[in-house]
Amino acid sequence: MTERSGDARPQRPAPAPLRPPSAAASAARARRWGTWYVAEHKLRGMRGYLGVIIAYSIGSPLMYLFAMGVGLASLVDSTSGARAFGGVTYLQFIVPALLVSTAVMAASEEFSYPVMSGFKWRRTYYGPLASPISPQQICQGHALAVAVRLLAQSVAYQAIVIAFGATGTRGWASPLVAVLAGLAFGLPMMAYAASIREDRGQFALVQRFVVVPLFLFSGTFFPLSTLPWFLQWIGWASPVWHATELGRVLGYGHVEPAWLSGLHLAYLLLLAGAGLLAARRTYARRLEA
Amino acid sequence: MPNSSGYRAVVSARNLTKRFGDFTAVDGISFEIPAGESFGLLGPNGAGKSTIMRMLGGVSRRTSGELEVMGLDPERQGPEVRAHLGVVPQQDNLDEELRVRDNLIIYGRYFGLPMSYLRPKSAELLEFAQLGDKAGARIGELSGGMKRRLTIARSLINDPGILLLDEPTTGLDPQARHVLWDRLFRLKERGTTLVLTTHYMDEAEQLCDRLIVVDRGRIMAGGSPAELIRAHSSREVLELRFGAGRNASAAGALAGLGERIEVLPDRILVYADDGEAVLGQAVARGLEPATSLVRRSSLEDVFLRLTGRSLID
Ligand SMILES: Nc1ncnc2c1ncn2[C@@H]1O[C@H](COP(=O)(O)OP(=O)(O)O)[C@@H](O)[C@H]1O
Ligand SMILES: [Mg+2]
Repeated sequence: MTERSGDARPQRPAPAPLRPPSAAASAARARRWGTWYVAEHKLRGMRGYLGVIIAYSIGSPLMYLFAMGVGLASLVDSTSGARAFGGVTYLQFIVPALLVSTAVMAASEEFSYPVMSGFKWRRTYYGPLASPISPQQICQGHALAVAVRLLAQSVAYQAIVIAFGATGTRGWASPLVAVLAGLAFGLPMMAYAASIREDRGQFALVQRFVVVPLFLFSGTFFPLSTLPWFLQWIGWASPVWHATELGRVLGYGHVEPAWLSGLHLAYLLLLAGAGLLAARRTYARRLEA
Repeated sequence: MPNSSGYRAVVSARNLTKRFGDFTAVDGISFEIPAGESFGLLGPNGAGKSTIMRMLGGVSRRTSGELEVMGLDPERQGPEVRAHLGVVPQQDNLDEELRVRDNLIIYGRYFGLPMSYLRPKSAELLEFAQLGDKAGARIGELSGGMKRRLTIARSLINDPGILLLDEPTTGLDPQARHVLWDRLFRLKERGTTLVLTTHYMDEAEQLCDRLIVVDRGRIMAGGSPAELIRAHSSREVLELRFGAGRNASAAGALAGLGERIEVLPDRILVYADDGEAVLGQAVARGLEPATSLVRRSSLEDVFLRLTGRSLID
């Protein structure tokens, strides 16, 4: 009989069983980094619909820019001249507005159905809930991932409009304002979405009767002051208007008193902060029932 | 925490109570689970099993009572408690946007585990769950049994000392259930403490060292499956079917046979230590059942005895 080759070989030692760090260490890491872990998860999920995100958040505003800023602008600039828009071309006027509006619309998507899905349809919040992650971290992680998305799309938009000379490079900080606008609208929306138990078309209503009016009446395509006074309140209440005005200050040096810029910023921060607090509470109540 | 009889309980609940509004879902339940035990909560739908499980993980706040898991209060030290737990929820919540392997890895991240651990660990767990060849598959391509096994693999990513399984095999076909039971046996052999809920008495008999029978938020009885059967049922059961409408009249004629008689809509159960003997006596009385069957008593009989209802309606 021939000797089987395997018998001659020295035995490989069994691999040491894989042991994770201690439970206490796990919990400590989760307490500290949990929000980031949730965001990491959500961002990975977004990769699955990256194409849609790009089309929706970069392609779509560029299309508007082209139609309005090039097509409509030739009409507007020749008739009313640059005076109506504070001494800049119509294209320059709407570049910051579309940046902000697009971020707010993307936020209105990311903080509506995906929230419902986390609680109800796909129950994706209940996975991390069984781990050391807290409901508040689940809320914050979702928000953080959306903020990252908003920042990425806003930076890409800004880079493109700069590259095409539609605005100067001085507006580099505008993407941050757009992210803030997205959160100022989106976090209160998130708190509302988390409170919905049954989908009866509420999100479609919000889309039609809140998001679209904000888009149209927030000084996006024409200065708020050209609206009749009884419609101007929409702008004052609208994070889109406050952020767009800030974007104009940053983008082409639109002149307004410093206190007004401060007010824009404070209003956006207030909405975002209050929204986050409300959302955290709603998540905790619902997930820990 | 070591108790009077000297063993270390990894879970201990005293007068655990949960109310939703004025409805009491869990009504003063007490139990202890020693390390390494396989402990079951057997009860029908709505008994309060899932609510108990969620309180164990600290994701549902108790209304009153005391609860310790690994010596910690799940409500105040939720992350610390959950770091010890593996949880298989009643409803799968795998992430359908991620591939099979990524479901494990991303879940492991929630425990703060490094990729250097998660990569080999996820491969090991997929093998364990017999999903080694599905690592790159989409969740939608998996069968119900595979999803359940993946959920179990996911729950093991942190090498938990305690595994909570909420109705692990509900909705699976018999073949898939047996595969799953086999995996759970292996975990039990390795010393993992299993806490499982079920409304299948065969599952409870197969997997549980000890169990409590829960109904309407209360404990009806507790002990090992054999103890429960001994205490609450006879050794054997004679099942007789007389056909539609004739069960009630036949039951009259059976009076006095065995230890106890239960008349169900479709059959009559006669509890006795010797079923064959009782069948002989029934035939001697001139009864002619359409079918007859003698079997050993099961937890189903215990439940019927304790509550007057069957486990699955
Ligand atoms: N979040 C909740 N709000 C109100 N009632 C609930 C809630 N969760 C469970 N219940 C009720 O508590 C009872 C026990 O539920 P559950 O623990 O899911 O039972 P089981 O898991 O044994 O089927 C049921 O009557 C259920 O309707
Ligand atoms: Mg249940």
